[in-house]
Amino acid sequence: MGRGRLEIIAESLIEWVIRLCGISAIIFIFAIFLFVFKEGAEFLFNELDLTEFFFSKEWYPTSGYNKRYGVLALIVGTGSVTILAMLIAVPFGLGAAVFISEFCGPRLKESLKILIELLAAIPSVVWGFIGLTVINQLIIHVFNAPVGLNILNGGIILALMSVPIIVSIGEDALKAVPDSYREAAVAMGATRWQLIRRVLLPAAKNGLLAAALLGVGRAVGETMAVLMATGHSVNMPNSVLDSVRTLTATIAAELGEAPVNSDHYQVLFIIGLLLFSITFVVNMTADLIVRGVRKK
Amino acid sequence: MKTDKMNLRWKLAIGACLVAGLCLVITGCGRKGDGTSSTGGKNTIQNTGSDTMVNIAQAWAEAYDEVKPSVSIEVAGGGSGTGVAAMINGTVDIANCSREMTQEEIDQAEKNTGKTPKKHIVAYDGVAIFVHKNNPMNEITFKQLAEIYGESGKIDNWSQLDVQLPSGASDEIVRVGRQNSSGTFYYFREEVLGERRDFKLGSRDLNGSKEVVELISRTPGAIGYSGMGYDTEEVKMLHVAEAEGEEATEPTVENVISGHYPLSRPLYMYSLGEPTGEVKAYLDWVHTPKAQLIVRECGYVPMPSITNVTEETPDLSTSSTNSAQ
Repeated sequence: MGRGRLEIIAESLIEWVIRLCGISAIIFIFAIFLFVFKEGAEFLFNELDLTEFFFSKEWYPTSGYNKRYGVLALIVGTGSVTILAMLIAVPFGLGAAVFISEFCGPRLKESLKILIELLAAIPSVVWGFIGLTVINQLIIHVFNAPVGLNILNGGIILALMSVPIIVSIGEDALKAVPDSYREAAVAMGATRWQLIRRVLLPAAKNGLLAAALLGVGRAVGETMAVLMATGHSVNMPNSVLDSVRTLTATIAAELGEAPVNSDHYQVLFIIGLLLFSITFVVNMTADLIVRGVRKK
Repeated sequence: MKTDKMNLRWKLAIGACLVAGLCLVITGCGRKGDGTSSTGGKNTIQNTGSDTMVNIAQAWAEAYDEVKPSVSIEVAGGGSGTGVAAMINGTVDIANCSREMTQEEIDQAEKNTGKTPKKHIVAYDGVAIFVHKNNPMNEITFKQLAEIYGESGKIDNWSQLDVQLPSGASDEIVRVGRQNSSGTFYYFREEVLGERRDFKLGSRDLNGSKEVVELISRTPGAIGYSGMGYDTEEVKMLHVAEAEGEEATEPTVENVISGHYPLSRPLYMYSLGEPTGEVKAYLDWVHTPKAQLIVRECGYVPMPSITNVTEETPDLSTSSTNSAQ
């Protein structure tokens, strides 16, 4: 008697716990979005000039007489550093993934994987420090640039940081391609190159795309390393040797000191909303592309 | 048998909930910043704020540990604005500030905590203009600085200042500054650019006094401002003249005390309301000759009353110094 009842209760309880875990992600996302929105909403609807916000590069949140909140330069900064980082990281990351999954022996494979995962374990402050000291000096000497804290520096650092993610997810995607595909291709007389280009890459397309997009997400969201490596300078860049400032770094540098609920504080939350939207759009596009691919 | 297993699961689940609840309760019970908190019989004073002052605040905290081992001072930097924000939220006992709190901030603190922040001058500091050690320049005027740093200022290259950098360095002036809520940022803007002028966009806004000097030491074409206590072998401090034709003054302790160096400023510690108990004892100790000696060792400028230069008090607002004997 009692046994049966207990069992039923326990079962439904566990079921609920699991269900809660499942939907908790959605709850958290909405809660975070609502919180960020709430903090910035008042200023967003009442005072903020959206044209100025998006199309002016003048970021003077603490000016003594004429406060201006234009984030164009920050958007361009985030964009340029991310694009450069991906130009470096995606070919390297996917190349490494192909090499690890298809070319090397089991021993080398294991040691390479451990090494690459170690790369992911380096804290971003340490990356920033490397950017500030080592790469800064290198760029000054090699390119004869006035200062080594710039898009190139930030891009290199971010590329190094996103390569591990791209490699491990890309490698998983390649591993998921059934061996029968490989066997079939080899049986047909395909060379290794043909096997990779015609069989594996198309078969693992979605996974590889996801790998690249997660790398983008990492790059857009990274804060501390870019804060130190890009020079943190509100500037419309003309070349990769110019300093820039990113959206994330601005929030990190200024939020702690902006008086709570001041205009400046609220604008920083609106920048947070903007970042939220950017990542949302990136993920949505990825999702749509993947679905489009599936339909074919 | 099965019932026992289920019971165990039940207990585990309830236990987990309890643990989670307990965690929430513990984290929810944040200290409400009224006076010092005592943990394990030891009094703790929270001391946050100015990045310029973090060196001296730390040195004081260490020395005070020997004076009064029962009190521990927890020092954190982050910038004057961070200290002020923490004071408004009531989470610090002493906020370090390299600028004065604005009336708006004082009002907010009153509204939030019911107490008025009280200002105590604890030391003086010179804001030095740093360049790379190989830069041949030795002197600079306020006007040149304003043209370099100010919005729509016309000086962007070293050649415009008749400065020939050693070969290999590019001619562009790499402006290094502080993030826009730093006390040093405010001070420099007010003194050099004036009330109604902003900084030129595109300066490298770094997050700490030390980082400014660090970047300049690695960049031949750089110029920047930071506390004179952060001077190193790798950089050079320029002599500064307030007006053209005036003699440029070197940033030294003597020149800051005498008021000849034009970029001198007081450093403040703010307490919430009239300090009491351990906070008062600490602030009193900070004004003793022994503590002021540490100021000098750290490269800052001690209080004039301590250094016996009373007839030549720096040309600064000394309205509410907490004179301690």
